[in-house]
Amino acid sequence: MEKKSANSISASNASDRVFIAGLALIGGLYLFLILAMLAADASFTTPWRIWEALGSPEIRYSIKLSLISCSLTSLLSVWVAVPIGYVMSRFEFPGKPVIDAILDIPIVLPPLVVGLSLLILFQTAPGRFVERLVPVTYAIPSVVLAQFSVACAFAVRTMRGTFDQISPRSEQVAMTLGCSRAQAFWRVALPESQRGILTAATLAWARSLGEFGPILVFSGATRFKTEVLPTTVFLELSVGRLESAVAVSLLMVAAAAAVLMLVRFFGASRTI
Amino acid sequence: MIAIEDLCVRAGTFRLTGITFEIPTGKHGVLMGKTGSGKTTILEALCGLRNPESGRVVLMDRDVTALPPALRGVGYVPQDRALFQTMTVAENVGFALELRKLNRPEIDARVRELAGWLGIEKLLERLPRGLSGGEAQRVALARALAARPDVLVFDEPLSALDEDTRAEICELLARVREHSNATILHVTHSKSEAARLADVIFMLKDGAVALA
Repeated sequence: MEKKSANSISASNASDRVFIAGLALIGGLYLFLILAMLAADASFTTPWRIWEALGSPEIRYSIKLSLISCSLTSLLSVWVAVPIGYVMSRFEFPGKPVIDAILDIPIVLPPLVVGLSLLILFQTAPGRFVERLVPVTYAIPSVVLAQFSVACAFAVRTMRGTFDQISPRSEQVAMTLGCSRAQAFWRVALPESQRGILTAATLAWARSLGEFGPILVFSGATRFKTEVLPTTVFLELSVGRLESAVAVSLLMVAAAAAVLMLVRFFGASRTI
Repeated sequence: MIAIEDLCVRAGTFRLTGITFEIPTGKHGVLMGKTGSGKTTILEALCGLRNPESGRVVLMDRDVTALPPALRGVGYVPQDRALFQTMTVAENVGFALELRKLNRPEIDARVRELAGWLGIEKLLERLPRGLSGGEAQRVALARALAARPDVLVFDEPLSALDEDTRAEICELLARVREHSNATILHVTHSKSEAARLADVIFMLKDGAVALA
């Protein structure tokens, strides 16, 4: 009897090994694909050629516009995401599930559709009124707006997760100690959400850096005007300058890696 | 005194009706009941954190039913202590005094007085993260006592503490009652805790409160 049960245990150990090997194989193949893509990019060019490509005035302009627009988008996204995330986490109200679903639309909408929708929005009467005050379509503000439309949805999701994980009890205690609800938010909830805010800002920045579809449709791809890094990759590819396209891509890979490290540092795994 | 009069309060799908009890001024009242019986809900209604559907909450002869939590003068120690994680222990304890715009020397003096009394002097510059259960409980008590409230509310203050710390904090709660002259509502499901501390014991059972 004992021998039989020992046999079945060793059989189960063998099946565990097969199971783990299966998991490792599937996971390993995907990891290999990611690393092979990056290695292929890196082997396609040399540091000198990257430096040369980065010296071109068009690419320098696109780097500058990308850095400025992504930083603006990131700030705007956090500014909007903190109150929305707080309201969605702390309050119950009629229509909340519908609003929750609407907030996720930019995440699931095809990027080209986001761009087209923005383009059409600025053809309507209110849109044309705004255009008369500040030119948006095919101008720099359209780049920020296109990036913001998508990046903010990710920031909102992050902030909601952040506030969900902070117990409302601390704010309640603060209120019994003499705080109004607003004071409890500013003095207790907001400082405790600091890491979530940094994560949301970083994610919004990274998301904006890679945004292409909405910008192509809503802002165009005009050199020295609305050209950001993904636009550069597209333009360089379309005229056959593959090495420049790869050089800019590697720059974006480096930025993405830096962002990934920052997000890990701020503890994104706890908040998303 | 603490008087709950014909209180009807809802928490999600859960509803308590006709809750009535009174704790005389300066006495330590213990509200007992099983987990999930609605003890914390009553406590939240008393603190102003949950709006009752009907009934009255009277604290020290003042009807506070419509008042926000900030104006009720209640010192609340929740079950999970809920210390402010980004503030030091000293800032936690002095929080209510800072809101009342006391000057810095007054705040410091009161924080030091409470710290000495509750044995947390060495913790004052630390952040709450890393405090033991007993230490966190002492800090939460100090924070609730800082503004000298007339009413103190303890939600399961000895839960999640080891045996020795439990005895220590129990001793401390008895001293709090003697020193503060506050009227206390203390929620627990522990009979020994109630027997040790209570002047008056109420049982919450099947949605009704009765004198034990």
